[in-house]
Amino acid sequence: MAHGGGGKAMRDLIEEVFTDVFLPPGSEDQARLTSDALREPGAQLAFTTDSFVVAPIEFPGGDIGKIAVCGTVNDLAVGGAKPLWLSAAFIIEEGCEIALLHRVVASMKAEADKAGVRIVTGDTKVVERGSADQVFVTTSGVGVIPPHRDLAAETIQAGDVAIVNGVLGDHGATILAARGDMALTTDITSDCQSLNGLMETVLEAAPNARAARDATRGGLASCLNEMAEASALSIEIDETALPLRDEVKGVCEVLGLDPLYLANEGTLVLFVPEAEADAALAAMRARPEGQGAAIIGRAKAGHAGRVTMKTLFGGQRLVDTLVGEQLPRIC
Amino acid sequence: MTAGLRIRVRGQVQGVGFRPFVWQLAHRFDIRGEVLNDPEGVLILAHGASVDPFVDALSCEAPPLAHVDAVEIADYRFDTIPADFVIAASVGQGAQTRVTPDAATCDACCDDIRGDDPRRRGYAFTNCTHCGPRFTILNGLPYDRARTTMAAFAMCADCAAEYGDPADRRFHAQPVACSVCGPTLWFEDGSGRLDGDALSLAVAKLKEGAVLAIKGLGGFHLCCDGTNPDAVAALRARKRRPTKPLALMGTEAHIARYARPSKQDWLHLRAPSAPIVLMSKGAALPDVIAPSQNRLGWMLPYTALHHLLLDKIAVPLVMTSGNLSGEPQVIDNDEARTMLADIVDGFVMHDRDIARRLDDSVLQTTRHGTMILRRARGLVPETLPLPAGFEDAPQTVAYGAHLKSAICLIKDGQALLSHHLGDLDDALTWDEFVKADADYAQLFDHQPEIFACDLHPGYRSSQHAAERGGDAVVEVQHHHAHLAACLAETGWPRKGGRVAGIVLDGLGLGSDGTIWGGEVLLGDYVGVERRAWLRPAPLPGGDAANRAPWRNLLARLDQAGMVEVADDILNDAPRALLRQAVERGVNAPLSSSAGRLFDAFAAALGVEGDQSFEGEAAMKLEAMAQRAPLNAEYAYPFADGDDGLDPAPMWDAWLGDQMTGTHPEAMAMRFHAGLAQAFAAKARALVISGEAQAVALSGGCFQNALLLELTVLALGDVPLLLHEKVPANDGGLALGQAVIAAAQALARR
Ligand SMILES: [Fe+3]
Ligand SMILES: [Mg+2]
Ligand SMILES: [Zn+2]
Ligand SMILES: [Zn+2]
Repeated sequence: MAHGGGGKAMRDLIEEVFTDVFLPPGSEDQARLTSDALREPGAQLAFTTDSFVVAPIEFPGGDIGKIAVCGTVNDLAVGGAKPLWLSAAFIIEEGCEIALLHRVVASMKAEADKAGVRIVTGDTKVVERGSADQVFVTTSGVGVIPPHRDLAAETIQAGDVAIVNGVLGDHGATILAARGDMALTTDITSDCQSLNGLMETVLEAAPNARAARDATRGGLASCLNEMAEASALSIEIDETALPLRDEVKGVCEVLGLDPLYLANEGTLVLFVPEAEADAALAAMRARPEGQGAAIIGRAKAGHAGRVTMKTLFGGQRLVDTLVGEQLPRIC
Repeated sequence: MTAGLRIRVRGQVQGVGFRPFVWQLAHRFDIRGEVLNDPEGVLILAHGASVDPFVDALSCEAPPLAHVDAVEIADYRFDTIPADFVIAASVGQGAQTRVTPDAATCDACCDDIRGDDPRRRGYAFTNCTHCGPRFTILNGLPYDRARTTMAAFAMCADCAAEYGDPADRRFHAQPVACSVCGPTLWFEDGSGRLDGDALSLAVAKLKEGAVLAIKGLGGFHLCCDGTNPDAVAALRARKRRPTKPLALMGTEAHIARYARPSKQDWLHLRAPSAPIVLMSKGAALPDVIAPSQNRLGWMLPYTALHHLLLDKIAVPLVMTSGNLSGEPQVIDNDEARTMLADIVDGFVMHDRDIARRLDDSVLQTTRHGTMILRRARGLVPETLPLPAGFEDAPQTVAYGAHLKSAICLIKDGQALLSHHLGDLDDALTWDEFVKADADYAQLFDHQPEIFACDLHPGYRSSQHAAERGGDAVVEVQHHHAHLAACLAETGWPRKGGRVAGIVLDGLGLGSDGTIWGGEVLLGDYVGVERRAWLRPAPLPGGDAANRAPWRNLLARLDQAGMVEVADDILNDAPRALLRQAVERGVNAPLSSSAGRLFDAFAAALGVEGDQSFEGEAAMKLEAMAQRAPLNAEYAYPFADGDDGLDPAPMWDAWLGDQMTGTHPEAMAMRFHAGLAQAFAAKARALVISGEAQAVALSGGCFQNALLLELTVLALGDVPLLLHEKVPANDGGLALGQAVIAAAQALARR
């Protein structure tokens, strides 16, 4: 390839790919930004960053670019911030297909537009073949939390209700199917989506909502464990209430995987006071991102940090954070 | 000054009527002096002409629940000749002494409940020094009434007199009670307490086919008429326990009729521990009690309540632990009312609290002795003296496995293995486990220096060890622990040399990071080498392979190159997907598990679907083989491959048998014999070569009596170490972990 070795040809090509995504295209090495939202007394700035590596780069329902936007937008949104600006940095493996980069960047742009955020600065680095897997993306995001909004897992109270906005495990199952040349002929697509719009709608309907988290890596199980830990409460979910696509359930059954641990890229869990649960649920369901919303459980006093699931058989199964790879335990 | 003897009696000598027994002996032999309890056991100061026969009688005639470990004699000088022989006040806080397990109602008490004295006739809580509740009512030490759940019941004058009279069978029997002063029994249903005799009401209900909850010694039982298939089916459906065998309680006459007890079985059944004993079926009972099993588990009534109930109903009763499947047994009245409400039609309740949840113990006898399958009521908290070389072992606690969890404490050269605690994935069981850790530590005044656990980081018991033990945690390989448990209980000295351990098991994390379970280990308490193993095969779906025997059949047939055979047998299974998962390493770890090979072969012989309880397929396979005549002559061959004992030729031979229409029972037998011989040959060779001094058998697969028998047969004349008091399954694992950690610490000194 002529543009190998991080040579000039590749750099030119890459520049071409990225310039029209990053705004403003000014010559300064920084984005200069203002927003009215920031001027409101009591408003807070929210800032987050995340790196994205995913194989394959493209999969049904999205690609690494879309995830990189959604992931950072969602990290801001679940904290109650309105996402405004993103940065994007790319580590590109030498020899990576330029057409692929074009597609990734286009999907970032599309998702950013959809979510109403601007990608305002960025960077690219080309590394030697084998030092990366095609392309890695890091996005950082800035948003504004309006005054008097304080979403934090510490504020969850015993009796609060846990709601998810949609079916679990679609992303994880999609990646598994897309990755492994597995004989999985499925219609499952990744749930990868931005949730800032949904959050705004829900917070209007349930102004006393306590906290939300997006259930990405480690799945719902890890997310609930974090929240139980932070709130010093226990969380009890009901197996029969978990929204699961039959197909995902089936794949999990065959492969022996637990859908509670499958990754999601557009699924959050929200805790609201019981009095606002119905309103929050209805608000979610009114939006396309919340079609499959369901109440899955509640917070309880005692056993700080514990997550349990009432199983189909009536027992209370402990739901842990996954420690490393899951090895069989049954002797 | 007058010459006398200072006699120290060690062992299980408190709370078993030892002092009154000494008092009675003293009067018989005209001895003067005193007897008292202290932290080391029983101390006697004796003066008299016939002290020698007195001392002999101390151990020869000891009361039924006592275990005398040692009688130590020293000279003693009395200032003045004692006028009499007295029971003196106890000295010190006796945490070093043992607590006695609960004991089945003795014959004398059985006579009382059927006798004329209105205080005891028909009284469900009758007991005496030689029987009754102990560990299940204990709140703290030393063991006296104030520290038991009997503290709530003030003794009437008659009971107090019995309690205070050294000549009485109830002298210092802490749970002594009668119908005037003791706990009461009643029957209730959803509408509340019913008037009338509790047991008569219960019997009427049971005869109608009802399922009742009956509060017992260590928890609630679910009970129904064992001769009524509809009642048993209803119990199964409501408890959500589709096929796992249910235990029965019956009189000696019932057992003689419906089972085929051996002499040894009778001894176990009638022992104070009154365990559930697995025995071959006799006269027919409804199949739904234990579908596809050749054997049933029976126990005799072990409380006055049970005796009275059986007297009235005169049919054998299904008696299974009162819980939803997978959860711990209910012990509290209110807990029972809420948790069992949907399962039962009524409750036989009483107002004596249960301090400690203890399931019924389960055992079986084989041609090679007793095999404990579950250690709990009646066996715990008896201690096990450790072998020579462990006298100075540091105080150690070990946290066992994940599914059949139990805790083990080491102190003063003794090991105390806790009661069976159960599946740590269950939230309530996990709470019990954490509570039991604190409870045992307090009861036995235990301050561990070492915290042992399994290598597997995903076992909740390992995580608990890490939390409690910090730097003092010792991780022990699963099958090494199985082997060491066998060594410790059979008294193998710490420096007794190396042993070959055949450990045939479900799964355990190996020291190489792969999953083991069919091993020949060579070594001792401190360390082992892996000298032979079953050729590893993938577990398609990880733990799902444990639930679904057919997954293992797919993996093993594919491995043996018999893809088409697998396609043929498993034509409905998602084979393509699983094969790809295996190829791509998606949740399909390799394992040398012997248990999973049992599952595979069970599936090959037509055991279909998912298991509803652990070991179900293997139990069915054993039951199948047991119906064939014992035959070690024709065993399926295993090859000695580069990567372990390869079952490929076994599958070949099986296919040949299939084609010639061989009876499945014969094939099941050939499988057992083949596996036994393949492993036995490896272990025997280590003894013949002089590398090993003996062969030990452990691991969950050795609960299979036929496999045990065939392995012993194939081993020939080598010295053998077999489990007897501690389960070969994961219930014994904590003992092995504890002795390994202790031995490693001792070796470093
Ligand atoms: Fe094991
Ligand atoms: Mg982040
Ligand atoms: Zn008695
Ligand atoms: Zn009384």
